[in-house]
Amino acid sequence: MTDLLAARAQMAMSLAFHIIFAVIGIAMPLLMVIAEGLWLRTREEVYLTLAKRWAKGTAIMFAVGAVSGTVLSFELGLLWPNFMAYAGPIIGMPFSLEGFAFFLEAIFLGLYLYGWDRIPKYAHWFAGVMVLLGGTLSGIFVVTANAWMNTPTGFSVVNGEVTNVDPIAAMLNPSSFSQTLHMTIAAFLTVGFAVAGIHAYFLRRDPNNLFHRRAFAIALSVGGVFALLQPISGDISAKKVAKYQPIKLAAMEAQWETERGAPLRIGGIPNEDTEETRYALEIPKALSFLAHSDFNAEIMGLKAVPREDRPPVAIVHFAFQIMVACGIVLIAAGVLGGWLAWKHKSLPTQRWYLRLITCCAPLGFIAIEAGWTVTEVGRQPWIIYNYMRTAEAVTPMPNLVVPFIGFTVLYIFLSIIVVILLRRQIFQSPRL
Amino acid sequence: MLSLEFCIACVMLISLIIYMLTGGADFGGGIWDLFATGPRAKAQRSLISEAIGPIWEANHVWLIVIVVLLFVAFPVAFAAISTALHIPLTLMLIGIVLRGTAFVFRTYDVQSDTTHRRWSRIFAVASVITPVMLGVTLGAVASGTIHVNVESGQVETDFISAWFAPFPFAIGFFTLTLCALLAAVYLTLETEDPALRTDFRRRALIAAVSVGAMAGLSFVLSADGAPAIRRGLSNAPWSIPFHILTGAVALWAIWTVWKRQFRLARILVPIQVTLIVFGWGLAQYPYLITPDLTFSNTAAPDAVLRPLLIVLGAGGVLLVPAFWYLYAVFKGTAQRTRRTEEESNAYQDNSA
Repeated sequence: MTDLLAARAQMAMSLAFHIIFAVIGIAMPLLMVIAEGLWLRTREEVYLTLAKRWAKGTAIMFAVGAVSGTVLSFELGLLWPNFMAYAGPIIGMPFSLEGFAFFLEAIFLGLYLYGWDRIPKYAHWFAGVMVLLGGTLSGIFVVTANAWMNTPTGFSVVNGEVTNVDPIAAMLNPSSFSQTLHMTIAAFLTVGFAVAGIHAYFLRRDPNNLFHRRAFAIALSVGGVFALLQPISGDISAKKVAKYQPIKLAAMEAQWETERGAPLRIGGIPNEDTEETRYALEIPKALSFLAHSDFNAEIMGLKAVPREDRPPVAIVHFAFQIMVACGIVLIAAGVLGGWLAWKHKSLPTQRWYLRLITCCAPLGFIAIEAGWTVTEVGRQPWIIYNYMRTAEAVTPMPNLVVPFIGFTVLYIFLSIIVVILLRRQIFQSPRL
Repeated sequence: MLSLEFCIACVMLISLIIYMLTGGADFGGGIWDLFATGPRAKAQRSLISEAIGPIWEANHVWLIVIVVLLFVAFPVAFAAISTALHIPLTLMLIGIVLRGTAFVFRTYDVQSDTTHRRWSRIFAVASVITPVMLGVTLGAVASGTIHVNVESGQVETDFISAWFAPFPFAIGFFTLTLCALLAAVYLTLETEDPALRTDFRRRALIAAVSVGAMAGLSFVLSADGAPAIRRGLSNAPWSIPFHILTGAVALWAIWTVWKRQFRLARILVPIQVTLIVFGWGLAQYPYLITPDLTFSNTAAPDAVLRPLLIVLGAGGVLLVPAFWYLYAVFKGTAQRTRRTEEESNAYQDNSA
């Protein structure tokens, strides 16, 4: 394993691990705030039990997210010092704002978790709202920094030196809005369905359990509403990628030739040696339409750039297909649930539907991992698109395989513990 | 006359001081968890756990702030530190991960003695490793052994020699004793139980003496280990009065702990720690990484620093009331009385 590959592997592994806990930390507060708000309105004890149970799970996940996020902020320098020396000042604005958002999140989470009977009820609920706000803003700011790596703006390079830095323009780069919107919705959608899936599992065994019925109703509503919004943000994202990163789009779609009226490919196996994609189901002209709202728009193919400027096509193409597939299943599950609820005027607790939602629980996380694979691998070989190659950014430190293995072992250990802990302490039916 | 990078440097030093006084004390709690002994070992551990539970995550964010300010405002220095000190920083990160996760796992796992003990051990050992590695990093930065080409920003030192030396480790253990002292003094006021207070009084005294010893050792080792800092600490016009002030506060702090004036001690010990960190900052200025990188030769352009300062000001306005509320709820006087009541109730529950 070369040092560059080890550094990339460590970064990818750290991000893949952190993102799970980060989205839970962003979205769980919404579920908690809804449950606690319903308790304040109805005074039904079950909602308070629910908010407390969810808070307990969130406490564990948030701590893992906070420490793994700290690791990432250091890894930017430990693994990519040249990138940070170049980009640090330019993308500093979102990172600084993220610091304050993270402060708010951590302060009010402390108040929320430990303040149940120490602060007034409405102050406690407000603390939950602040956790939600802080977490959501944190996520938005971090994704903004990533968006800059995809579509860098707010500086110019004169004789190899960075000048004219404008941190605000860098923050408002073309991908910021689409990426942050897509990711924020993904967080709520994913966690909504994951939590709904867990409570659906218990409802199948114990259909009249009020605790799980209420939990299922809240989580499925959140998941379903955000699932309906996600195609809109997905469309905005795709159009931005088509406009600003045409080669990434070509890799996502395994499009080799530059052509007008390019087809949308479902499935298919891209071959990077023969430069062709076989066995795909092609929908004529659909890609041109989705990317540019014009059936005859020109789509740039991978062959338009030399091989050394192309991302690994197969990984990006497969990851994109997986993300879209997971997303479509979740949207369908949400729509189906809405239809069942409307038709029977009751919570959709048909056994087959509960089983379906249980199976859907991990899909959002798979979609998020796949989506980040598209974003990050699709940007290769660049770390700053068209400005700095990943290979130029890596640290001169040798033997990077050692920290890679070290952190991998550590994170596998933590994952196992978290699963055991959630099963033992959180995934239980309370005594009501 | 104040340059923008000087203002940012001041914010970083203040953040580091606050991190030491808050986050450092949380690590100190873990140190005393490791050394919890005697008939009240269990009560000591639960007192520590209750004291840091609601606040450690918020305190931890100060470290993030320091790192972010370093890479935004002084990017070349951040790259150089991350490169030359890759190994101690990685060890510190592993400590941070294990400390935080073991602490929440202990809080939410089954409350059996074996499970509890296992998480306690990891939490405590990680609480020792982390401040030592933080201190090693700061000691190496001060030592003058990290050489950087100012033109290219490339580090010219190897990956071991800058930190694997007596002086950085002396600073590492100095940091550890400061954390332990802060925690012990804070903990005397976290309980109304006189026996527990006495336990932490004794620990505070031990820690205070250790701080003195480590300060002396660090100064002696600085002759070879960090000559530039040594000159700053001993030859500047401010150095003698400053040392007298720091020493006087330290002695007064020990005296108040001895006399059981814990409220006064809780004011004096943080002042002592502040003076120590501040003195290091004074001695090191204008160098960010001695001897090649200064604050001014690594600073980002003013176009970056000006909005950064505005954000820091605005964020500070938001942060102060939030922090104040957190500490008022969990560290106010009313809170302590209430906790003591809960503790006595809990004891009754256990015995019933």
